[in-house]
Amino acid sequence: MRHAAAPLLLAPLLLLLGGAYVVPFLGVMRWSVTLPVPGFGQYVRLFTDPLVLSVFLRSFRICAIVTTLSVIAAYAICCIWVRGAPALRIIAEFCILVPFWISLLTRAFGWVALLSSRGLINTWLQAAGLIDEPLPLSQNEFAVILGMTHFLIPFAVFPLASAMRAVDERVLLAARGLGARRARIFWSVFVPMTRAGLIGATMLVFVFALGFFVTPAILGGGRSIMLAELVYVRIFQSPDWGLGAAISVVLVVLVGGLLALLFRLVRPAQLVGAR
Amino acid sequence: MAEIELSARGIGKTFGAFRALADVSLDIERGEFLTLLGPSGSGKTTLLMILAGFQAPSEGRLLSAGADVTARPAEARDFGMVFQGYALFPHMSVAANIAFPLRVRRLPARDINRRVAEMVARVGLAGHADKLPAKLSGGQQQRVALARALIFAPRVLLLDEPFSALDKSLREQMQVEVKRLHEETGTTFVFVTHDQSEALALSSRIAIFDHGRLLQIGHARQVYEQPANRFVAEFLGDINLFSLTDIAAADDGIGGRCEGGEVRLRPAAPIAGGRAILAVRPEHMTLAPLPGQNALPAVVERRTYLGASTRLDLRTPGGAALTLTLATHSLAGGPDRGQTVRVFWPEDRGFLLSDGA
Ligand SMILES: Nc1ncnc2c1ncn2[C@@H]1O[C@H](COP(=O)(O)OP(=O)(O)OP(=O)(O)O)[C@@H](O)[C@H]1O
Ligand SMILES: [Mg+2]
Repeated sequence: MRHAAAPLLLAPLLLLLGGAYVVPFLGVMRWSVTLPVPGFGQYVRLFTDPLVLSVFLRSFRICAIVTTLSVIAAYAICCIWVRGAPALRIIAEFCILVPFWISLLTRAFGWVALLSSRGLINTWLQAAGLIDEPLPLSQNEFAVILGMTHFLIPFAVFPLASAMRAVDERVLLAARGLGARRARIFWSVFVPMTRAGLIGATMLVFVFALGFFVTPAILGGGRSIMLAELVYVRIFQSPDWGLGAAISVVLVVLVGGLLALLFRLVRPAQLVGAR
Repeated sequence: MAEIELSARGIGKTFGAFRALADVSLDIERGEFLTLLGPSGSGKTTLLMILAGFQAPSEGRLLSAGADVTARPAEARDFGMVFQGYALFPHMSVAANIAFPLRVRRLPARDINRRVAEMVARVGLAGHADKLPAKLSGGQQQRVALARALIFAPRVLLLDEPFSALDKSLREQMQVEVKRLHEETGTTFVFVTHDQSEALALSSRIAIFDHGRLLQIGHARQVYEQPANRFVAEFLGDINLFSLTDIAAADDGIGGRCEGGEVRLRPAAPIAGGRAILAVRPEHMTLAPLPGQNALPAVVERRTYLGASTRLDLRTPGGAALTLTLATHSLAGGPDRGQTVRVFWPEDRGFLLSDGA
């Protein structure tokens, strides 16, 4: 149903977004070209300063790995959730929903408790006499990737589940009837038919991952700094607002570009599971 | 006796407490066009799924060339299947859809291309080979589904209501094409429909189902003209039913009382108990008197113009309803509503159904 007053219903949301995001972002943009001196010096630094460059590269590398792992894990969970035996479905659903009830911070500290040198895993392994020195499980990239992947899997699940639910069972039966075995059906029919979900999940997770702050900060131990943390450090610790602002602007433009691409490739409704 | 391609022996299927198929036994002859006909929910799709190997029967066996194939999985049966709604691969072009069974069988690319091109031409899709299924009309998608199911020369082609989504003229066109493909390929076709005229037009044999039971199987003419019971008679087309009493042998047939008059039927044998239902197809009845025919008086209740033909709904003085379908030109000025007419039919038309069915 369309109604002349429908746009009015959106007005509060638009006002909120404008006031809370657009206006402050314009301020950030101004900083990036005025601090400490007017000009595009900060943007030049972005591409020349070895520290900044290395953080960019590390961020993209970690995000790419995390995205790949999350989407693959989510795909497997989804196959069970959407197409598995009824008992397995309930377990899968539980695994998908429970993480949403636990805050990001709690989960990050959960991983610390598990992975740190005096955490559960190392203590157990030492008690069992399997290792002498604690394994380097935390305060490094491995821990960051693990924590981020764990957090992002549920976000990949919804676009994938929506794509899998849309697959017509009869098409899979047809493939069988034409002589295809399970692996063949999975790779040549099922996966291509869920392509929209795969693209959506990949881009969604990648965009989320780029903006990650808490998990890398807690599990990375300051050694594998990522972009969001670099912005934080430049603004709140070393007074280098111009650079922090320039990084922010580049990130926003990048994410905006990725989202625009995403919505060209996939209908937004497919991302949230609506059909 | 034709060779048997596949036999069902006492096939039953239950879903929970619900019995979808009960004790179905039939032989499918090599190269025949067998139609499974029945109302919605009668178990046709279930039987087809069992024949295809997508579902396992709860009881009974499937035999092929003397071997028990009940447990053989669908992908190993080498049967083609055309699903209701086509079930094409939406991400593959027409050519890739049709090539799929050959790719799965790892044929050399050259053979695949040649056979796909041949098949595309045969089903009239030349020029559409590179399109995605979503860009095709319903009839074209149907052809892709047929081509894909036939290209690997399956031993049997199973079709589940393939035309139910098509409009009438396209449906008739596709019926002709399916019939042609059947003749050209010599493949055994098992075709599901709930449309009796489609079944009669296409099939060499028809199996009629109701409530999961096989009621009758036979040649189209046989089931139409000698239905085993009242359900089959009524399902296969309009039919007029009268109760017939005092049945006694007469000449080479029988005679009896019907709606207050005397009628004869031959050839026929007297029935124990002396009562039965007399069934006559509307197309065998006329308003034109001929000597030596059966006749009944009836009042016209409604006259319906159907173009080339006109349908008359009548009622006998005894209260039995009957319909007649007559060429419109033969009724110029003919009987109107409320008029009493005499209805005639030859003594060798019609058949007896046991009473109480
Ligand atoms: N998987 C299932 N679970 C439970 N009941 C089923 C299942 N499949 C079929 N049935 C039931 O079995 C009966 C026969 O179904 P089937 O699909 O074989 O009918 P059909 O003759 O093909 O009907 P239609 O002409 O409507 O397609 C129906 O009452 C249906 O509800
Ligand atoms: Mg059906």
